[in-house]
Amino acid sequence: MTPILSIQDLRKSYAGGFEALKGVSLDIHEGEILALLGPNGAGKTTLISTICGITTMTSGQVSVGGHDIVHDFRAARSMIGLVPQEVNLEPFEKVWNTVRFSRGLFGKPRNDALIEQILRKLSLWDKKDSTIKELSGGMKRRVLIAKALSHEPRVLFLDEPTAGVDVELRKDMWDIVAELKADGVTIILTTHYIEEAEAIADRVGVINHGELLLVEEKSALIARMGQKQIEVQFGEPLGAVPASLARHGLELGQDGQSLIYTYDTQAERTGITTLLNDVAQAGLVLRDVQTRQSSLEDIFVGLVSDRKPANRPGEMQ
Amino acid sequence: MNWTAISAIYRFEMARFFRTLLQSFLSPVLSTSLYFVVFGAAIGSRITEVEGVSYGAFIVPGLVMLSVMTQSISNAAFGIYFPKFVGTVYELLSAPITFIEIVIGYVGAAATKALFIGTVILITSSFFVDLEIVHPLAMVAFLLLTCLSFALFGFIIGIWARSFEQLQLIPLLIVTPLVFLGGSFYSVSMLPPAWQTVTLFNPVLYLISGFRWAFFGMSDVPVGMSLLAITFFTSLCIGAIWWIFRTGWRLRE
Repeated sequence: MTPILSIQDLRKSYAGGFEALKGVSLDIHEGEILALLGPNGAGKTTLISTICGITTMTSGQVSVGGHDIVHDFRAARSMIGLVPQEVNLEPFEKVWNTVRFSRGLFGKPRNDALIEQILRKLSLWDKKDSTIKELSGGMKRRVLIAKALSHEPRVLFLDEPTAGVDVELRKDMWDIVAELKADGVTIILTTHYIEEAEAIADRVGVINHGELLLVEEKSALIARMGQKQIEVQFGEPLGAVPASLARHGLELGQDGQSLIYTYDTQAERTGITTLLNDVAQAGLVLRDVQTRQSSLEDIFVGLVSDRKPANRPGEMQ
Repeated sequence: MNWTAISAIYRFEMARFFRTLLQSFLSPVLSTSLYFVVFGAAIGSRITEVEGVSYGAFIVPGLVMLSVMTQSISNAAFGIYFPKFVGTVYELLSAPITFIEIVIGYVGAAATKALFIGTVILITSSFFVDLEIVHPLAMVAFLLLTCLSFALFGFIIGIWARSFEQLQLIPLLIVTPLVFLGGSFYSVSMLPPAWQTVTLFNPVLYLISGFRWAFFGMSDVPVGMSLLAITFFTSLCIGAIWWIFRTGWRLRE
């Protein structure tokens, strides 16, 4: 399948010499949701801005729906919708006018029915005649989304859509994303909320210092890199790890009544059976057994703090 | 050419103008009336005629030009500066439109507003003095060209400006003095010879002179020179805008 968005060795250096993107390559398939994770200043916004035409690239190639974003920018850009990170809106404009303007700006013929539908979906319909400055922060974000959707993009960029919004709006936002996906819209969102990526993304990319450290299916990523832990709780305090269980590399739980065993889910032998056998042999009375899987957050922190790029991006597919 | 996008920008800008229509309309009417009271009545009682034209009528082209130039500049400068200031410029840059289309939208709207104000001043003036326009077509052409070229100039200022202060700087420090000293309210022939020569270096003189020629058939400099000057100024602005968009100066990093 040809990717809807193809990025080849994209580099961006600013006038001061700062290299914001150091050769990013990435293919995004139609209809998927890709979450780009990365700390502040990692290059997420620069990546989006470069694809959308807000900043110029230093070198590389990007195409949207097969259209080069430089040579065939009209066709490429008319497929893209962008919801910026900052709430950039003209304060004295009415909601309806500003959304209608966006549609016209992208060269699409007037379609009031569609704009009404979008505003209703975003719970903005009763605010259509309000000026932007009368709206709450959350409502302004919805207006930004409405503007981006007004010209029916096939690829939607959401740059930190839920930064600083309340829990309710965040959940609403996720519902909107799910609906768009159902309509076949490809969504690329940046976030530093890992739970967001975990909740809605199909694939996750991790970017730091202008480099794409990895891109992988979310579930595969968690499975591949995830470590699992078993916590075995006992009826009585242990004091220390019993000598007969020493070969399992266990840790004593904080309450002194449990043992924690960490294992790799991908390993051929997890060692659980032997461990439980040895526990029974030692004559210990089990009270409870819990398992825990490391979250995307643990993986993310591990990646951006000390790991070198595990794979060349693009080879992940 | 993406006409839908151009018309979207144009209508969006015009909507801003119509929101403040009363102010847009009243302010030129009021200021023109004041100019007539002060210049026409007070000074006009001492200078009755300038080269065969009553002083009241003589200042009309200058008054129109004064407003048209400052309005073209400020409207176009604000039109493009404001999206930069509030951040909505991201949408212009990411839209499937060329820079030419952006310029046509913004400059067209700014020129329209200035044309509207110029017309209002002309109509207001006709209540104070008897106006006869010798070359009406040339008058309209000069008016249109001035609106257009100064809106282009304002657009450049709007892109250049990094603050509201800078936005006011050039109109205040350069354009207003040039307009006042360019013969808006007097004929260059009334100046001492040395100052006459200095005034010839003021580009605005050529515009006002040409415009006045269209009204009364007389001018400070030959009308051909006026046409040449305005064409040169317009080309200069277009060239500068072409360079700005090619390099992304102060727009794209």
